[in-house]
Amino acid sequence: MLIVSCPNCGITAEETEFHAHGEAHITRHAADSSDDQMETYLFMRKNPKGVHFERWRHQNGCGKWFHMARCTMTLEVFGTYSAQTYAPPEELLAQIDAKRPGWRTPS
Amino acid sequence: MKKYSVFAVAREAMRHHTGWTRAWRDAAPKKRYDAIIIGAGGHGLATAYYLGKNFGITNVAILEKGWLGGGNTGRNTTIIRSNYLQDPSAAIYEKARSLYETMSQDLNYNVMFSPRGVIMLAQTEHEVRGYKRTAHANMLQGVKTEFISPEKVKQLVPIINLAGPRYPVLGGLWQARGGTARHDAVAWGYARACSDMGMDVIQQCEVTGIRSEGGKVVGVSTTKGDIGCDKLGMVVAGHSGHLADMAGFRLPIESVALQALVSEPIKPCMDVVVMANTVHGYMSQSDKGEMVIGGGTDGYNNYTQRGSFHHIEETVRALIETFPMVSRLKMLRQWGGIVDVTGDRSPILSRTPVDGIFINCGWGTGGFKAIPGSGWAMAELMAKGRSPLTDAFGLDRFTQGRFIDESVAAGVAH
Ligand SMILES: Cc1cc2nc3c(=O)[nH]c(=O)nc-3n(C[C@H](O)[C@H](O)[C@H](O)COP(=O)(O)OP(=O)(O)OC[C@H]3O[C@@H](n4cnc5c(N)ncnc54)[C@H](O)[C@@H]3O)c2cc1C
Ligand SMILES: [Zn+2]
Repeated sequence: MLIVSCPNCGITAEETEFHAHGEAHITRHAADSSDDQMETYLFMRKNPKGVHFERWRHQNGCGKWFHMARCTMTLEVFGTYSAQTYAPPEELLAQIDAKRPGWRTPS
Repeated sequence: MKKYSVFAVAREAMRHHTGWTRAWRDAAPKKRYDAIIIGAGGHGLATAYYLGKNFGITNVAILEKGWLGGGNTGRNTTIIRSNYLQDPSAAIYEKARSLYETMSQDLNYNVMFSPRGVIMLAQTEHEVRGYKRTAHANMLQGVKTEFISPEKVKQLVPIINLAGPRYPVLGGLWQARGGTARHDAVAWGYARACSDMGMDVIQQCEVTGIRSEGGKVVGVSTTKGDIGCDKLGMVVAGHSGHLADMAGFRLPIESVALQALVSEPIKPCMDVVVMANTVHGYMSQSDKGEMVIGGGTDGYNNYTQRGSFHHIEETVRALIETFPMVSRLKMLRQWGGIVDVTGDRSPILSRTPVDGIFINCGWGTGGFKAIPGSGWAMAELMAKGRSPLTDAFGLDRFTQGRFIDESVAAGVAH
């Protein structure tokens, strides 16, 4: 069972209060995007073994969206952060670097 | 290979079973093969088997990082059916189901195919309409199914509670020739037949890299050294994204955990398979008497091969409404597998951006039933570059928007 902290309302609760919605930081291109860009946006996923940035919603709580960094090999939650961003915060990345050296270059 | 038969059993009984030999050879990798298959699950082994049987390609190695059938093939709840909505699905799943009918004879290995019948319960008006539509589509596809009344459901499944508090049973989609088979035996039977054709089944050999030159595959790096090949089949289910990454392309796949559990063994009480897709639970009884239970996937990307407890609770809660006797059962074991889910919930059998690499994945929560048909089609794709059964399942369907949408059609697919 994951223990998750919602950055919006500050509540820490078990995962049944939340709902996962897949990979975060996916670019949606404008109306004139190519077929490949559309395919990438809709379907192509990193699906990494290891550190994964993803979208969650505090479904049975404040109802708001946020982002989470989590390890798909151990289910460790590294941290959560605001959904109003294009990239994970540097602080969190540094924390992950310390715990999982070399995670940025996939094996 | 020694043929298994009643005479062999009698002969061995006379000499205290000292004459049985190993079912397949433990092979060390050669330098090069005509074709390498990564992944000794059911789909990989079936692909190799039909490469040999249908196309005479036997210089083949099947590489497995763990043990044979230790992935989803050995972890699934073994439901076999072919009552899908879309034509390309019906074609490949029905091909598979019909091959299951004679698999024990074809492989000379008892896979315990038990065509006991599968019911998918309709528990909402929407499902009633959906399953009637599927029954009509199946009629056109030549797949024998039937929409049955609640009374007929009760007759087939006496332990069912038709008047569930939330979702009463309004009917069901019935496939009389669906059923179950012994999952390990499917993997073992194929491995034995492949080994007999001279193929190398190599366990504990993890592929760690894929080597290509000028856009064409030339071999793989493994924990047992480099091995060369002309053609490469990736058949690794939940690990497909990881292997595609090694080969330098991406896939429209996400890996999630799906779990199952079994109860203590009890006397025979249900001789069909029942699926309740609205409430996310399904159940059958194994030959040992255990109730075999499964449900929906856990909600997020996961490679840990274990599921979360609240999903078990959800599944069991749903089943108790429909089968009150479940509440009196003790559960014995629970486990998880990593399933490879695509955007339209249909598999991918395709060429890839790298010449010579073919991929077979995306069977998600429901690929056990497809093993022989998938192997048959994948072998044709690898041998000839094209197969009528795989045409619709190419990777290009995601750019072209040509989906085979079984997620809307099936809701849950096992
Ligand atoms: C709990 C559960 C219940 C299910 N119930 C049903 C059901 O009732 N009916 C149904 O039809 N389907 C069901 N399924 C789905 C079904 O199990 C799968 O779709 C099917 O078994 C996939 O077979 P496969 O051969 O593609 O994959 P697998 O059996 O997973 O085989 C892939 C193999 O590749 C190996 N591998 C991975 N990476 C590497 C590497 N780098 N190098 C070498 N080898 C590698 C793995 O170790 C594994 O053995 C269920 C699945 C689960 C988890
Ligand atoms: Zn909140």
